[in-house]
Amino acid sequence: MVGSNRFTQRLLKLWLPLLLYAIFLLFPFAWMLIVSIRPDQILLDTRINPFAIVNPTLENYRYLLQETQFPRWIWNTLVVTVGSTALSLACSILIGYALGRFRFRGGNSLGIAIFLLYLVPPTLLFIPLSQIVSRFGLYNSYWALILIYPTFLIPFASWLLMGYFRTISRELEDAALVDGATRLQAMTRIVLPLAIPGVLSAGIFCFTLGWNEFLYALVFMGSGDMKTVPVGVVSDLIRADVYFWGSLMAAGILGSVPVAIAYAFLVDSYVSGLTAGATKG
Amino acid sequence: MSVVTAEQGAEPGAIATRRGRAHFWEREAPLAYLFMVPGLLILLLFMAYPFFLGIYLSLTDKMVGFADFSFVGLDNYRLLLNDPVFHKTVANTLIYSFVTVPFKLLLGLGLALVLNQTFHFSRFVRAGLLLPWIVPTAISSLAWLMLFDSVLSPISWVLKSWGVIQTNINFFGDRWNAIGAICVANIWRGLPFFAISILAGLQAVSNELYEAAALDGANAFQRFMSVTLPVIRNIVLIATLFSIIFTFSDFQLIYVLTKGGPASSTHVFGTYAYQTMGFSALGQAAAIALSMFPFLALFAAILLRYIRAED
Repeated sequence: MVGSNRFTQRLLKLWLPLLLYAIFLLFPFAWMLIVSIRPDQILLDTRINPFAIVNPTLENYRYLLQETQFPRWIWNTLVVTVGSTALSLACSILIGYALGRFRFRGGNSLGIAIFLLYLVPPTLLFIPLSQIVSRFGLYNSYWALILIYPTFLIPFASWLLMGYFRTISRELEDAALVDGATRLQAMTRIVLPLAIPGVLSAGIFCFTLGWNEFLYALVFMGSGDMKTVPVGVVSDLIRADVYFWGSLMAAGILGSVPVAIAYAFLVDSYVSGLTAGATKG
Repeated sequence: MSVVTAEQGAEPGAIATRRGRAHFWEREAPLAYLFMVPGLLILLLFMAYPFFLGIYLSLTDKMVGFADFSFVGLDNYRLLLNDPVFHKTVANTLIYSFVTVPFKLLLGLGLALVLNQTFHFSRFVRAGLLLPWIVPTAISSLAWLMLFDSVLSPISWVLKSWGVIQTNINFFGDRWNAIGAICVANIWRGLPFFAISILAGLQAVSNELYEAAALDGANAFQRFMSVTLPVIRNIVLIATLFSIIFTFSDFQLIYVLTKGGPASSTHVFGTYAYQTMGFSALGQAAAIALSMFPFLALFAAILLRYIRAED
């Protein structure tokens, strides 16, 4: 009696709401998957139940990988994302270290300024940036995005790393300094190795933010074969009101996989990074 | 008394150490500034410079592809004041960023409370339900584009087969339908962000306090109001302001779903500026984008107050 009562409570407080949330939050992904394995003639036949899986096929995936530029877009996105992540991490480790561990005049205000820069959206800057990009001759070049993505990656990663560096005990570093190590040696041999988990999560967040970026990629690399995945999918697989739904959804699935995997490992540290960094500033 | 004397006795020593430290920290300053240089160079060149260039452009009649242009003062802004599309753009952006907030907040709070229980595979479930927020928005918006398609929408199909409607809903056919659809997609994307932020805050709620309140006879709602809410209050406020700022300056979701249509009635600042730039009116487009700035500055100032209050 007591047992079944607990079961009912658990059902009402946990499993039922969880199911409702899952339906709402995961339905679009299920839909993408269903459409991506539907043959066209079935997809366009409105009499057929849209949720039924009839004659499933991988034709949409084959079309996407062989007859579109999709593999090239993946490559472009990788180059841009890895390049901008590496550049941002290098800059952010230095900034995060300085803000997190050094006391210097203006340090607090600089920390606040970096945080405020995180709030500056691409929509505010893309128009004048397009002038700068064309003046430097960077249109449709990887360098455009590798240099510009750090504008939103550095504030985020510096903020996160600043919080992380603060959690590392000072005594270890002081002990090394007393033992005659220089400040740089103490940093590279004592503090940085301890900060590797933080650097790793900052790197993965940079990667996913870069992978997902849309507006800058659309404006600065939106033509020819230099498109990134989100831009290529949106602008090449939809042509003048002709929607290639099957391959669009296949591209959606394949284009989401890298970030989904990256985040699956990092849900918890993301939250603590954002909120801890934000609240401990 | 003796305690006080002991403390006073300890003080000179503490001050001496602090003075020694002060000397020590002074040497950190040059290195600290040196460390800031590479990052600040990038931020100055690609953020500060374009920001001021944008202000300058917005005061000119610069066109894409023409070298000649002249200074026109506030003409571009004056034009916006009498531009019906811009009026709609301001209204849409405010509706989009504020009407969606209570939904994201309440649904996100609900999800956080559900996920805060212990159950099997909770890590896996948490990661799964976070998906809407982590996959590229441009891509997930394509799924919504099809879910809201005027012919192929499965929503219309289900409602028709239940006999609720006779013909398909034309989701993007008129302004309010389209704004409703956009808001639903935004709530879907933003809800998990609130959920995980609040979930992180919930970890700090003390179990003892909660049980004590239960023993005192407080019901679930009272316990939530008196024990849980004070702890998560600041995180909720910070998440809300983050969400408002990023929704206010959104681009991709609206670009993919409506491109500002029908008849330019669903633009937000970002898409309207992009479209205007497409018509090569660069000065005008810069003015549209910059119109976001006062709003953003206000939101950021409020956010900063809460974050400083946390110290």
